[in-house]
Amino acid sequence: MDYSQFLAMKQEIALLIVFLLVFLYDTFMPKGSQKTLPWFTVIMMAAVTVAGFFPWGQQSITAFAGMYETTPIIVAIKNILNVGMIIVLIQSIKWANSTDMIMRRGEFYELILVTLFGMYLMISARHFLLFVIGLECASLPLAAMVALDKNRYESHEAAVKYILTAVFSSAIFMMGLSFVYALSGSLYFQDIYFALTNKLSVMLVVALAFVISGVGFKLSIVPFHLWTADVYQGAPTSVTSYLSVISKGATAFAFLVILTQVFGSFYSKAWEWMLYALIILTITIGNLFAIRQRNMKRFLAFSSISQAGYIMLGVIAFNAMGLAAMMYYILVYIFSNLAAFGVIGAIENATGKVSMDDYKGLYKTNPRLSVAMMLAMFSLAGIPPFAGFFSKFFIFTGAINQGSVAIYVLVLIALINTIISLYYYLLVVKAMFISEDECVIPNFKSAFSERLGLWITVAGILFLGIVSCFYSSLLNLSEEAPQMLMYFVG
Amino acid sequence: MDITLPLLILAIPLAMFLILGLFGMKMSHKLAGVLGCLGMGTVLVLSYYTAFTYFFSGAPEFINAANERLQYLVFDQTWLQFTDKLVIKLGFLLDPISAMMLVVITTISFMVHLYSMGYMRDHHGVYEHGFQRFYAFLSLFSFSMLGLVVAPNIFQMYIFWELVGASSYLLIGFYYTKASAVSASKKAFIVTRFADLGFLIGILVLSFYTGTFNFTELTSIPVEGMADVFQVNEGTAETVRSIFQNSAAPTFMGASVLTWALVLIFMGGMGKSAMMPLHIWLPDAMEGPTPVSALIHAATMVVAGVYLVARLFPLYLMEESALVIITVVGAITAFYAAMVACTQIDIKRVLAFSTISQIAFMMVSLGVARPEIHEGLGYMASMFHLFTHAMFKALLFLGAGALIHAIGSNDYTEMHGLRKYMPITHWTFLIGCLAIAGIIPFSGFFSKDEILSACAGYDWVAYLWMSLVAGMTAFYMFRLYFLIFWWKEHKVKEGHHAPHDQPWVMSLPLIILAAISCVAGFIPFGKLVSWNGISYDFMAHFDWSVAGVSLTIAVLGIALAWKMYCKENSLPQKFKNAVPALWDWCFHRFYWDELYMFITHRIIFGCICRPLAWFDRNIIDGTMDSFATVTNKASEAIKPLQSGQIQMYVWYYLVGALALGVITVLCLI
Repeated sequence: MDYSQFLAMKQEIALLIVFLLVFLYDTFMPKGSQKTLPWFTVIMMAAVTVAGFFPWGQQSITAFAGMYETTPIIVAIKNILNVGMIIVLIQSIKWANSTDMIMRRGEFYELILVTLFGMYLMISARHFLLFVIGLECASLPLAAMVALDKNRYESHEAAVKYILTAVFSSAIFMMGLSFVYALSGSLYFQDIYFALTNKLSVMLVVALAFVISGVGFKLSIVPFHLWTADVYQGAPTSVTSYLSVISKGATAFAFLVILTQVFGSFYSKAWEWMLYALIILTITIGNLFAIRQRNMKRFLAFSSISQAGYIMLGVIAFNAMGLAAMMYYILVYIFSNLAAFGVIGAIENATGKVSMDDYKGLYKTNPRLSVAMMLAMFSLAGIPPFAGFFSKFFIFTGAINQGSVAIYVLVLIALINTIISLYYYLLVVKAMFISEDECVIPNFKSAFSERLGLWITVAGILFLGIVSCFYSSLLNLSEEAPQMLMYFVG
Repeated sequence: MDITLPLLILAIPLAMFLILGLFGMKMSHKLAGVLGCLGMGTVLVLSYYTAFTYFFSGAPEFINAANERLQYLVFDQTWLQFTDKLVIKLGFLLDPISAMMLVVITTISFMVHLYSMGYMRDHHGVYEHGFQRFYAFLSLFSFSMLGLVVAPNIFQMYIFWELVGASSYLLIGFYYTKASAVSASKKAFIVTRFADLGFLIGILVLSFYTGTFNFTELTSIPVEGMADVFQVNEGTAETVRSIFQNSAAPTFMGASVLTWALVLIFMGGMGKSAMMPLHIWLPDAMEGPTPVSALIHAATMVVAGVYLVARLFPLYLMEESALVIITVVGAITAFYAAMVACTQIDIKRVLAFSTISQIAFMMVSLGVARPEIHEGLGYMASMFHLFTHAMFKALLFLGAGALIHAIGSNDYTEMHGLRKYMPITHWTFLIGCLAIAGIIPFSGFFSKDEILSACAGYDWVAYLWMSLVAGMTAFYMFRLYFLIFWWKEHKVKEGHHAPHDQPWVMSLPLIILAAISCVAGFIPFGKLVSWNGISYDFMAHFDWSVAGVSLTIAVLGIALAWKMYCKENSLPQKFKNAVPALWDWCFHRFYWDELYMFITHRIIFGCICRPLAWFDRNIIDGTMDSFATVTNKASEAIKPLQSGQIQMYVWYYLVGALALGVITVLCLI
């Protein structure tokens, strides 16, 4: 056996080591030093992230009989997720150290690391067996995490809804896979691709629909999204923010890999049109629901549904620029959404308030938090010069470069939806800045960890767009990703 | 060349703006002022060092073996890359004119920073409200202006061009509680924005046909029979030349689109440099604090138009009709502004019209510059005049500020006979007046004389016309001088102190600028700045007959002013009564503002805007409202989807997945 294969998995292995260290720390360290567990995890995660940027070992390699693959662009998406993970961890510290959570603090950090590990496997898998392991690894622990707020009734309800839907979607997904296996006789991505090239059949379309819906569940694409709002609202805020950015970003990339590498030859024949319909539904229905929400977490749930629709534009573009724009969108979305969740979390930890009505006049009592929230909203809505504008701009450009008239129409619909989304994002800003009401949230001093998280995310919102090297390096990477491009051409 | 220094030149003012803008209100007034001055002082030193290195170090990247100055890119960083061709870069270009502008901008800006420490407080030493904001805006302006002059491509120039406009807007409206200041700032912004529309279209047309934004490529066009200008990028230069010479570009309304592009770009310059008919904003811009007028509306920002034309000069040479337009616009503006300046009674307005007239001189000088006429003397003369004018006009404005500060009014009928009370102001102001009038050996004499020489080489009409304007310049400046400092004894009002000279922070800039105005004429400018980088001796083109004529005219102008205004007499009134119509027209600035009012209010607002407003309110708003209603209704209608029941969720899921498959099968197979 060639042990150098393990070096290819360096990011997964590093994550496993961190998981083991956290587990040992949680189990064997004396009670007095338990409070430092969250910071320990953050530092370990930071080390993993930094290590991820170093080019150790071969850059592009397939290992374990072709089941696992890593390339520079895969390393890049994992690095992006790592950065987001660090921010989530930093933002969770205050909550994890609260009295309610003391008994379950260790579990939170262990489970979150395991799910990230699962996502890595989803991204790197080139065989459906490994992919399913990753998918389940990324789904099941999340149910436990959603239920972590043991004393809150909604938390239980959310966990139950999540696990039932997850199980159901897995079943559908597996059914799709079995159809694919029946047609091609293999579970390797590459084999399936070559076995099925240009052999479109009814069974294959149904299989495709099932696979898309199975992954679409995790991405919360309409109509597979119905769990999202209830779960986001019920889960602890840190878990919600994790679900909405990291989980979504990882799945979006894996989704692109499956659609291009397994079903690439049916792009214009089948799944372009499936995605076309799903994107319109996702963006529009997400927006229509977001307008009505008064609970901030529920509001961001629907906002993140429509954002997933924008991310899908990078998949339907089916070209190198679409890939780069999608990764850039995920990066910017991580920062913007985490800024919003950071503010919500800080306010919830201090006062327990999550309703938009409570935010009225927030600028007068907590100006800094309000400005951070405003920047997050502007970035999510895509107002220049914040990063969100650039990510929307590039993802639209990527889609338009695909060239067909139908895509122009799609981008037009997406643009109209941006205007609708501007309305509800500005509702939050209006409540904070313009409302004359007396604010029910008093001035409070947020914890260091919360401020640190917000500073990082706000810096990202301000600089990710204007400093052009982030996007251009992603574009270079995706243009140099031959194994991706091969399928684009095919 | 090391990249840090140039980077700091831009970074320090920006940092100052951020620091003073964000934290200014938390510091004391004095600290904010001192910080601003220190920052600008550092930039001054760095800029001098950079310019000195560029001109005198003789390093091979700045000057080649044939003694030709080169364009040197200190850095040029890709900022936004849309496609292979459409790349927007940010960088720092050093060449003779940008190095010269670095010196001009930082000198004046530093003087103004210093001067404002005294000016922006009242007689009891209490700082004005918004003092820190003032310094923050000054830093923003300095940053934008420096970024403009060092821009290596026209797009960066446009970005900073707009930033300059924005900071000018902020500073004109500094006294935002005063209605006239607010409307003046709006006027300045709208008029220059209108001009910038032309500029932007010009940029887009030009870069569309030439395929580049970069000055180094645009202006390295070899002109026939001459050495290459700043030898760089031969390939692109060759394409640009072939585009221009073969008229590969289509024509529009009888002229090549490239001519149109250059004229439209010049239109942007007309707006910023207040050429007729876009000059109307500059006199009103005097509502800003006087140091701001000295910095922005006399020395630096208003010459941006001249700088722009100079920057693209080799392109203008390819399209001579554009140069003729520049000459005609400049000549008319120069004469018009001089006429108006003869009648104004607001001291700052006289200076404003004088500025318009002098900038028009520079424009004319560029317009008549040809390689074959005195080896392109006009270009050098224009830049030389820009340099000297910046110094003495800033001096005059700061002197005027000192007078206004002492008297508390802009109206010089309230001044009179101040020479004994304010000796420093008096002497420095006199030097400024002598310089602008063109009396030997002050700096204005040399630069103006070269402009006239260039005109004489081009066409005798232009020469006579500009000489006449030069005479009028001497007349109105000395009219101003005599009315302020002589005319009659000053009457100190009851209960007021006698006017007195200003504190040293205000006097020092006056003295320094006066000293520069005395000696700047002796700088061998031709050795440093020329249109093609080849240094030459302008004294070889110095024509004593031209100099003698212009000197005589200037002395005549001064003598006339002395006769009319030295002592209180009835001559001015008699003159006024002799030609009442002419006087009225000049006094009311030829009714340009009224004309604009008529066009905008009656024609544009009445005939175009009203119907549009109706359309907007009823049709567009109606459509939008119905969009909103539909959105709301739809949102209401789909509410039951989110029932909260997990059975329904799963059911919708299954239906969705099946529908997706079935519909695709039905449609595609």
